[in-house]
Amino acid sequence: MATKASRAAARLMISPAVLLLLGWMIVPLALTLYFSFLRYNLITPGAHPFVGWENYYWFVTDPSFKVAMVNTLQLVGGVLLITVVGGVIFALLLDLPMFGQGIIRIMVIAPFFVMPTVSALVWKNMLMNPVNGIFGQIAKAFGFQPIDFMGQIPLLSIILIVSWQWLPFATLILFTAMQSLDREQLEAAEMDGARWPSRFIYIVLPHLSRAITVVILIQTIFLLSVFAEILVTTNGGPGTASTNLTYLIYVSSLLQFDVGMGSAGGVIAIILANIVAIFLMRMIGKNLDA
Amino acid sequence: MGRIILDKVTKSFGEVEVIPPLDLEIDDGEFVVFVGPSGCGKSTLLRLIAGLEDVSGGHISIDGKDATEIPPAKRGLAMVFQSYALYPHMSVRKNIAFPLRMAGLDKAEQEKRVMQAAEVLNLTDYLDRRPGQLSGGQRQRVAIGRAIVREPAAFLFDEPLSNLDAALRVGMRLEISELHKRLATTMIYVTHDQVEAMTMADKIVVLQAGVIEQVGSPLELYQRPRNTFVAGFIGSPKMNLIGGAEAEKMGAATIGIRPEHIEISDTEGTWKGRVGVSEHLGSDTFFHVQTEASPEPITVRTTGEKALEYGQDVFLTPRPEHLHRFDAAGLRIE
Repeated sequence: MATKASRAAARLMISPAVLLLLGWMIVPLALTLYFSFLRYNLITPGAHPFVGWENYYWFVTDPSFKVAMVNTLQLVGGVLLITVVGGVIFALLLDLPMFGQGIIRIMVIAPFFVMPTVSALVWKNMLMNPVNGIFGQIAKAFGFQPIDFMGQIPLLSIILIVSWQWLPFATLILFTAMQSLDREQLEAAEMDGARWPSRFIYIVLPHLSRAITVVILIQTIFLLSVFAEILVTTNGGPGTASTNLTYLIYVSSLLQFDVGMGSAGGVIAIILANIVAIFLMRMIGKNLDA
Repeated sequence: MGRIILDKVTKSFGEVEVIPPLDLEIDDGEFVVFVGPSGCGKSTLLRLIAGLEDVSGGHISIDGKDATEIPPAKRGLAMVFQSYALYPHMSVRKNIAFPLRMAGLDKAEQEKRVMQAAEVLNLTDYLDRRPGQLSGGQRQRVAIGRAIVREPAAFLFDEPLSNLDAALRVGMRLEISELHKRLATTMIYVTHDQVEAMTMADKIVVLQAGVIEQVGSPLELYQRPRNTFVAGFIGSPKMNLIGGAEAEKMGAATIGIRPEHIEISDTEGTWKGRVGVSEHLGSDTFFHVQTEASPEPITVRTTGEKALEYGQDVFLTPRPEHLHRFDAAGLRIE
């Protein structure tokens, strides 16, 4: 099929789309790079002199940068841990024959359809509010001091909210993988004397490993840029307790009006995301070969 | 040792009774083949013996012990699945060692037994490969290897050759028979292929709709089928079953005659007919002859040299000593 002529024609035909996508990416990227080397603050109008690496220097040495980095990693790691473990458990449960299977499956997927801002607000006001929230009421009913989620454990609260949003995604992927597991393999293992925990460790988990890597890769890319949930709940606070890298860039460029500093942060975030992506690609590549 | 007795075993899925009460005895060291058309319950029966399905009624005993409530792993049986069910992420070595590892044997013993099994099955060169890198026949042997290492009381085979191509199937058939002779362990083998059943079995169990139609050695079944179902199912090409006036002449509702027990002649015979399609196999030739005796063409088997034209008139004569007679209920008349 693929003759020289047809390949040339194919290249010609996809080139407008490729060029459009390239332009779409290159222009903002180039502008961000350009701004990151300027002293460009919206409250000091006038010239925007070229300052070299100064913006980068100040961004990285800012004490909140280190906090933001740690928070970003904790956020990503925490959510991944909860969603992967929870997703495997849900996948196993959904795989069991039960009454109302169809409805239950749809309900499990549902949180994924809720917008991040909405779900974060619902969690903040309906569930986690220490006075009116359901958790607070339950705690009071049992005579405990209600927890002020956003004040006392802001990062953990955000991790919980984001996990709730991403659990359906992990469940969906892992459940599909679960369904493709050959039942005869499980039966063979049963005949071979493997009890349930052994069957899970030696048969189910290796079968799911590929799906788990896919879940980790895709989620990491999205979780590095969690923003809406922080904006509507804690505003990065108290102090910088729940500020991640994305939120720090927002603070620099839109609260401190420092376009140069924000751009420098953006470039650092891009580099960070690429490093993670390279690691994950290698990991996944290894896993997909087998 | 592997003496298996089924006592009034039944199985229902919901309302549907797949296996009505069924009795069967399998002696130690026997090669028993369950054969029947698809959906006759032969695989279900095997899974009941394995313990992968729970019986709805009756008892299964293995070596004199009631095994009805014993979980599959404790029954001392090993099973080879149709899809082989190898563990794709483990090497051949680990696949074969898996049951031993689950039994908690020490590494040296595991290795020793794996090597023994690999030698028996010619797998020594492939021990470090993954199942995905093996051919169908090799995978089949790995699956058998995984069964052998456990030194089970009996082997259960669930249509193990149906995923192989024709040439390999004949080879594996011989290998499994050879293995049975060497190990002298009870083997229960499920297939829908009557050729496999005839060539491998000590004892064939013919099933239809969960009911045992006949149990016996391959030749018993071939020479003295108990009813029309067994008569039509065992043997290739199929036995000619003729009803109507011709059968009534001989005092039966149906008469049966195997293709090799019919004389074919150009000049005289019992039934006049016209030659239809001929199939030349080299060693044999099958003629499909349209006669007035039955609406279906009658299959005749002759030596390979015999040649007849399409549309040629011939006469067929069944050998009376090889005629099978069946009554209206389809049962054999002695």
